[in-house]
Amino acid sequence: MGIMDILNAAPTNVSRRGFLAGAGSLVLATSLPVRPARGQEASDAPAVQAFMELRADGTVLLKSPWIEGGQGVYTAMAQIVGEELDLSPEHFEVEIAPPGGPFGINGGFRITGGSASTRSSYTLMRRLGASARAMLIEAASAQLGIPAADLTTEPGVVVAPDGTRLGYGELASAAMDLPVPTDVPLRDPETFRYIKAPTPRIDVRAKSTGQASYAIDVTVDDMLLAAIRHAPRLGLAPDAVTNLSEIEAMRGVHSVHMLDGAVAVVANKFWQAQKALAAADITWTEGQAKWPMPADFSSARFRDTLAKASGEVTPVESNGDAASALDSAETVIEATYDAPFVVHGQLEPPSATARMNDDGTLDLWLPNQAPEQFVGRAAEVAGIDGSQVRLHSQILGGFFGRHFLYETANPFPQAIKLAQATGRPVKLIWSREEDFLRDAPRPLGLARFRAAVGPDGPTALNVEVVGEGPTGRWYNAPAGRDPSATEGISGKPYAIANTQIGQLYLQNPAVIGYWRSVGHSMHDFMYEGFLDEIAQAAGLDPFEMRLKMLENSPRHHTLLQRVGDLSGGWQPGPYAVDGVQRARGVAMASPFGSEAATIAEVSLDLGTVKVHNIWTAIDPGQIVNPAVIEAQVQSATALGVSQTLVEELVYENGEPTARNFDMYPILRPDQMPDVHVEIVESGAEMGGVGEPGLPTVGPAIVNAVAQLTGRRVRSLPLSKHDFG
Amino acid sequence: MELTVNGQTHTVDVDEDTPLLWVIREELGLTGTKYGCGIAQCGACTVLVDGVATRSCVTPASVVAGQDIKTIETVEETDVGKRVVEAWVENQVPQCGYCQSGQVLAATALLSETAQPSDEDIEYAMTNLCRCGTYNKIRAAVRQASEA
Ligand code: FES
Ligand code: FES
Repeated sequence: MGIMDILNAAPTNVSRRGFLAGAGSLVLATSLPVRPARGQEASDAPAVQAFMELRADGTVLLKSPWIEGGQGVYTAMAQIVGEELDLSPEHFEVEIAPPGGPFGINGGFRITGGSASTRSSYTLMRRLGASARAMLIEAASAQLGIPAADLTTEPGVVVAPDGTRLGYGELASAAMDLPVPTDVPLRDPETFRYIKAPTPRIDVRAKSTGQASYAIDVTVDDMLLAAIRHAPRLGLAPDAVTNLSEIEAMRGVHSVHMLDGAVAVVANKFWQAQKALAAADITWTEGQAKWPMPADFSSARFRDTLAKASGEVTPVESNGDAASALDSAETVIEATYDAPFVVHGQLEPPSATARMNDDGTLDLWLPNQAPEQFVGRAAEVAGIDGSQVRLHSQILGGFFGRHFLYETANPFPQAIKLAQATGRPVKLIWSREEDFLRDAPRPLGLARFRAAVGPDGPTALNVEVVGEGPTGRWYNAPAGRDPSATEGISGKPYAIANTQIGQLYLQNPAVIGYWRSVGHSMHDFMYEGFLDEIAQAAGLDPFEMRLKMLENSPRHHTLLQRVGDLSGGWQPGPYAVDGVQRARGVAMASPFGSEAATIAEVSLDLGTVKVHNIWTAIDPGQIVNPAVIEAQVQSATALGVSQTLVEELVYENGEPTARNFDMYPILRPDQMPDVHVEIVESGAEMGGVGEPGLPTVGPAIVNAVAQLTGRRVRSLPLSKHDFG
Repeated sequence: MELTVNGQTHTVDVDEDTPLLWVIREELGLTGTKYGCGIAQCGACTVLVDGVATRSCVTPASVVAGQDIKTIETVEETDVGKRVVEAWVENQVPQCGYCQSGQVLAATALLSETAQPSDEDIEYAMTNLCRCGTYNKIRAAVRQASEA
């Protein structure tokens, strides 16, 4: 999500949180020196002692500003610091930096999202490593009586001209007491050993042996466990538990609590709480909510409302004169595309552990992508000052945008209330059913396209994107300046003489959230699908037409050619493999500072689409860890295939009809295509890698399906359509 | 009831219908076994019961009393388990890691039963969900562990 979005969303209206006002300098702040530690004078020096602990055994404890959730950011941080420090990444232990201090960058706008972590802290991390190395050399110089300039390092040791070697561990304590030098020169990238290498991730063994611990695994002395049942429709409140005394008498039950829009049972064990809750007869009544769900809300009807909506279209991008070009064109095609609500479905259900301490402070263990914002909200809920909150962020069992601060989607406010009510530490776990019920799903999106088509492709394009983006909802980005509402339809690289793209704002009744690659996750599907429709109307090959439209954009032109080569040369098909017809489709996207091009190969199996291969060429500008990039493209591809084939959260009567993976399938192993990745390092500014592999996958598949079947799918997922 | 988990016999005082998952996590404090869905859809809760990969979230503890239950914490005590873990590390399979206890045990069960699995064998046995989409690497790691 968000960082880059928000930067681009120049605000006219500063929100209550002041988020937009501060966010403009976020990336700047994370790339610049941070506040000095240990009473140094304010200076340009990076806060070495705050971020790093050099240990006597020669290893380093590094505090990462970014949370690890599978994207490999802890390893990336170790690689970058290790490169400058001259210490192999395997000697690093990385943990999340606590909120505030030098980490709570820029008044609390630190966010693990927007595929922005590595690129936005790259320089800071290099400077931290370089300064720490200089301090180790300085300490060795004092110990040996040899000028620092005569000393050098090899991985993990300072080396003197006479061959004397002092391990970092022996120097650690003395080095950490030295002032942090400023302006230490950084390594020449030509000499990088760890950066750009496919360095193994440092957490893989722990995660292969059950040793990694997540929020749901947290144990605190004397804690109770809680389970919760939310009102089936947001806006209802619990009226009564009609069999309360029966529930209270159940084994292990400590107490039953009426919360805001929910009932919680606290017990000695989670299973006891869950079992008691299942037995509870709860009656619901109309209550209060900031965004109550209308009792008649249905996602199908909402889609139709978006399709028919009229009103002011705020311009987002324009060049030439699309209106007159469309008026005077001989061939005009138009189409409406939509994509459904989807849940995050991170495999670890949300949880939070809260402990109110005797001194009035609060300890909180939870998953989150924005520690300072969580502290602020926790303090509000507990009625204490932010300085009294200690946040223990845990590694994430998947996130994909799930763990931002969303009004009704985070368990921790309830855990705090329960800890206060019981006087004991409480761990609250949301069952998968409750997670589905109160997740902040990717908004259902819709766009209306019109194009004038000439013999060489589109001569004019008009797109109205209808709806609301999460950055509008959570950070008050106004219509037309909320990238999350249009990205993937705006920001495309193709040369079209006349273009008009705008947003027709229409509020989404659901509590919407960020989902991996945000607006791109659906808009590139719509745009690239329609682009193929244009090619078809013009009688052009979709691959060749794209190449032509990118003639003046060498970075994209190259990338498209590279993915063609990667797939063995562009061939749309259909052609037979083992007697079954297959076809291919192509798509491109420009998400989060990176560029991606994808070719998909599909066939039909009993009327269902099967994806055999995905070839993706990705250009992240600059590489930190090619193995991590490859893994992230694999992962993003899986989520992209999943949402294209099978995912859809349906609402009826204001409630989601699916509450678990039985009624809401996600990609199974046998549905996973073979993924082939080529990384193209163009040398452009560093882009993100966590999300950019996703947006091209859907449209490449849908375009392949059209090539194979002649049927153009404009509404996801494909499982709604029968190709038999 | 008495449960034999990782070679040790434990006496636990729980309701008969308590799922094995929650006995393992809450009574025995072994948190490597994960809760993902609670309805036998995802496989995050996979353990070995007499060597067979079993979804512990829907298995009442009382049903497996007396059987040999193995969790991820002791997977490396067998040669097959050790090979699987090494293959997982070498192929850099895990991302968020949350599903991987279950994946490693499912692979261990498969390879203990069928040393040289066919593609179909793998497809049939490796059905646990991974939201991070590590499926290609899981397959590669299973292959590697079977060839070792
Ligand atoms: S938790 Fe048992 S299968 Fe999902
Ligand atoms: S590694 Fe995250 S769910 Fe599998």
